[in-house]
Amino acid sequence: MTNNRIVRVANAQGFWGDSLLGPIRLVEEGPVDYLTFDYLAEITMSIMQKQKMRKPETGYALDFILMLQKILPACKEKGIKIIANAGGVNPKACLAASKKVFEDLGITGMKIAIVEGDDIMDRLDEITAGNENLQNMETGEDISTIRDKITSANVYIGAGPIVEALQAGADIVITGRASDPSVVVAPLVYEFGWSMEDYDKIASATVMGHIVECGPQCTGGNYAGWRQVKDFARIGYPVAEASADGSFVITKHDNTGGLVTVETVTSQILYELGDPKNYLGPDCVADFTTINISQQGENRVAFSGIRGGPPTPTYKVSVSHSKGYKILGTLCIAGPDAVEKANIIADMIFQRMEMYGYRIPEEDRFVELFGTNVLYKGMVENNDQPLELLLRIGAKGDDPKALNRLGTEIAPAVTSGPPGVTGIAAGRSRATEVIGYWPALIDKSLINTSFVVEEV
Amino acid sequence: MAKVQLFEIAVARSGDKGDASNVGVMAKTPELYQFLEQQLTAAVVKDFFREICHGAVTRYELPNLQSLNFILENSLGGGGTETLITDAQGKVHGLGLLHLELEVPDDLLS
Repeated sequence: MTNNRIVRVANAQGFWGDSLLGPIRLVEEGPVDYLTFDYLAEITMSIMQKQKMRKPETGYALDFILMLQKILPACKEKGIKIIANAGGVNPKACLAASKKVFEDLGITGMKIAIVEGDDIMDRLDEITAGNENLQNMETGEDISTIRDKITSANVYIGAGPIVEALQAGADIVITGRASDPSVVVAPLVYEFGWSMEDYDKIASATVMGHIVECGPQCTGGNYAGWRQVKDFARIGYPVAEASADGSFVITKHDNTGGLVTVETVTSQILYELGDPKNYLGPDCVADFTTINISQQGENRVAFSGIRGGPPTPTYKVSVSHSKGYKILGTLCIAGPDAVEKANIIADMIFQRMEMYGYRIPEEDRFVELFGTNVLYKGMVENNDQPLELLLRIGAKGDDPKALNRLGTEIAPAVTSGPPGVTGIAAGRSRATEVIGYWPALIDKSLINTSFVVEEV
Repeated sequence: MAKVQLFEIAVARSGDKGDASNVGVMAKTPELYQFLEQQLTAAVVKDFFREICHGAVTRYELPNLQSLNFILENSLGGGGTETLITDAQGKVHGLGLLHLELEVPDDLLS
């Protein structure tokens, strides 16, 4: 391995539903060696599990397949590799759909791998029969309290099996619930031949993964100093240039919009951060207080000195479970006296639900008067006389039929209450299932990851 | 001394961790970081978010990044997937905190 070699890793989509323009532009606008994709939030796994129950050949990120159709020819031509946690709860189905894309485009001579072992949905009884009780990390409750309501259960696995798949020659690696930074750690371990026990380097790569995981949120997107940011429409996606010693530079392709400064990148370092000295991941514990950061030139921010230690003996588990239903309806209320009128209308709707026999207990009711400064409640003065506001009215409960009555009583408010109600074109809202999130830990010895690589 | 909003001296970003939000604040200069380390305590943040944050506020320091990180427990009405509130993920808690006014020495405001 040559020591001055740079490996370029770009995050192309930061969540399920992120713009397709990210990957399309990244493969065209400048050099990149690896594209990583992060599709899986807690709620995503639960949605995918439901899709799979209805249709066994689904349950993965369909966006990934649409994206592959667009960029595969360029990836083949330029030798760009792809690592994506697009497999959701069904990596095998994602593999089959990906192979179909190769077939349709007539592209051959590449290898696709899937990584499995993160999905413990079918192993829950076996796992909890032993000492493992998957206690809720936040509440301390035992998992037996939600056992029959569980809709998905996945372990945040690390870089190890992804590295093995790359070593087996994979050009595309599809995982289930791999942890977000691990999809970035893996290509660096593979390219530079790092030991997984070289914790300072693994910690560096973990910080790098943390920075790029939300795409352009580190290149000027969502930045408080937004007036300095140029051309949001063509904002550059982050490209991390990694070196064998663990140091790296965050940048973006030339002639793209956005802004890469110590401030824009630090903003993203702070995003969803807990205790900075103990950033826990499956591959290491990274210490964010050791990060050495400096501006290296226009739109280039350099990182060095990052320290880390061995990972904990446990993996994080994300369990989702069904937790009743919720409904939300909206009405626009025009002033004067919009606040007073909105409160009367909200009360009126709940009273009418009661006339149908559906009394919503006080604690399950929801009323938000958007436009009165609810986002900054208590931090700025309330706006008591807006000339327009959005009444967001909703409820929670176990009976979707009862909640749907709220949806049908939204429109009648236009003609049967105080004046100035409009904006109901969206139609009747309906109750949707509430997915609860149950974070837990599991001993690593109970999890076996594996990979399969196939040639196309 | 001048009374200024944090907008003048810092940038911020926030996100969710279950039913807690995190608010990261980065001072615009090393001197302003020292000032914020003194003045922007967990108690000040808790008081400013009193109508939104119904739990404890913990502060962590990152002097290497001129930054402070606050964890605001019980601030999202039950968490991202469960609540009906608009800012279910605490996305604008950071901008909210930048509305806070502090008395800042003039020599730090060049």
